[in-house]
Amino acid sequence: MENQNQSMREAFHSAVEKWLAADPSGVVVLADISVAAMSHLNERYPGRLLNVGIREQAAIGVAAGLNLCGLHPLVHTYAPFLIERPLEMIKDDLFHQGLRATLVSIGASYDEPGYGRTHQCPEDIALLDSLGGSCDVFVPGNPDEVAPLLACALGSRSVSYLRLSVAVNRSPVRNAGTTMVEVTSGRHGVVIAVGPMLDAVLDASRDMDLTVLYATTIRPFDASTLRAVAGPMPEVMIVEPSLTGTSSSLVEMVLQNVPHRVGALGVGDVDLHRYGTREEHDVAHGLDAPGLARSFRSFFGS
Amino acid sequence: MAPNFGYEDLTNLIRLMTGDEKHEASAHSTLDVVWVLYDSVLRVNAASLEDPMRDRLVISKGHGPMALYAVLAAKGMIPIDELVAYGRYDSALGWHPDRLRIGAIEVSSGSLGHGLAIAVGIAYGLRLCRLLTPRVFCLLGDGELDEGSVHETIALAGRLHLDNLTAVVIDNESATYGWPGGIARRFEVEGWRGVTVDGHDHQQLAKALDRDESLRGGSPRVVVCELARADLRPNSINKVWES
Repeated sequence: MENQNQSMREAFHSAVEKWLAADPSGVVVLADISVAAMSHLNERYPGRLLNVGIREQAAIGVAAGLNLCGLHPLVHTYAPFLIERPLEMIKDDLFHQGLRATLVSIGASYDEPGYGRTHQCPEDIALLDSLGGSCDVFVPGNPDEVAPLLACALGSRSVSYLRLSVAVNRSPVRNAGTTMVEVTSGRHGVVIAVGPMLDAVLDASRDMDLTVLYATTIRPFDASTLRAVAGPMPEVMIVEPSLTGTSSSLVEMVLQNVPHRVGALGVGDVDLHRYGTREEHDVAHGLDAPGLARSFRSFFGS
Repeated sequence: MAPNFGYEDLTNLIRLMTGDEKHEASAHSTLDVVWVLYDSVLRVNAASLEDPMRDRLVISKGHGPMALYAVLAAKGMIPIDELVAYGRYDSALGWHPDRLRIGAIEVSSGSLGHGLAIAVGIAYGLRLCRLLTPRVFCLLGDGELDEGSVHETIALAGRLHLDNLTAVVIDNESATYGWPGGIARRFEVEGWRGVTVDGHDHQQLAKALDRDESLRGGSPRVVVCELARADLRPNSINKVWES
């Protein structure tokens, strides 16, 4: 562990610095978010940190232009303004042009609930899916997983998305990366915990004899690990920190040739019109350990 | 070898294409400026499409690409034979240009308000790569300026002092609510240098679009090309209750 008290965001900042040092084609495009924390990079790497101001549509278009020059753009801002505000730019300027860019968000589904619905983005990954392009998606669950997953995202041939969150698991998972890691193995079913959902999933399934897979790369979806643990008539529940069902169609696709049951847990009612804390929102969506335990018992019937 | 076609051949080349009646007026609005760009301004040809030192033209207003295709064919940058297939399922030439189908197209377009930001990214990227020779031109329409994304980028390009960038705005008064005070002014207040010319006058266009001209003054440049008002009068329904 590099630094126990480091947040994902801080881990990202230092990983970006290493990337800029290692890859002369790297350019960071910001839209007034994280500028104070990253502006020192412009002294060491002049011009390679471009803050476009509060202009998210321009940020994506500029990224496309940078990639047309052979540069590798990384666009970073708050999730709804990175994905939703310029969604058509992501469609037309990146996917349709066949270009490569790395998108990195903070804010996640409801990292700062006091700001309300405008700053919540449980639908980010589903929206990227809806564009039909191939987008690699990485959801770290611990600050120590950020640097290796950023490296995966930067290695992607097309558009990639790294989703940072304040919500974190207590400790990093060894070997977390592009394949799922089997954290516990059991006989009564499989739970896939995506990114920061792992701690609550482990707490909820403690006495339930379930296999828990930990996924930090959800696009492309790791079909082979799921197949390997699924058994002849699999019962699989996927728990995501994003919109309910974000990845359940991919789980269904993996299991389409065997009789199976798939359940999906995630952020359901996206607009609660409530503030408060992240933990209170976890409870409201049934994503806290007791809520998950109830859902597991009802789905797996034990 | 580039075919030896002149401006007077463009009408016949356009006639090879059919089926895009809706965009016809617009197609002709860009003919003169696109011709002047490829004939006497842009340093790019069929042999230099991959050359990092080439000039780039970003067609932001992708509507009415027949004029563009005709000019590219005249300059040997797309095969003449391709023109007759215009708009067909397997044709490389759609009603909006696609960079993955046509090597001479820098940026696929169609949806308004995208090209200028991409052009800014290219211009900034070239500067970052220390490629100081190439120029970036971006073709827009006056109606396209309705899009908020264009205004994000006008301000940004001015602040970044991108003197390798020239925006070329075709003004055929097709914006529903118009631009009182003129289009060039909207760029100038954001730090651009502007000039307004007759969009059919090749001499004026060539002078305004001159590559050396674009570098003077450390700021991006806008060339507004005035044309007769478009025939297709758009949706000025609100004038009914305004009057």
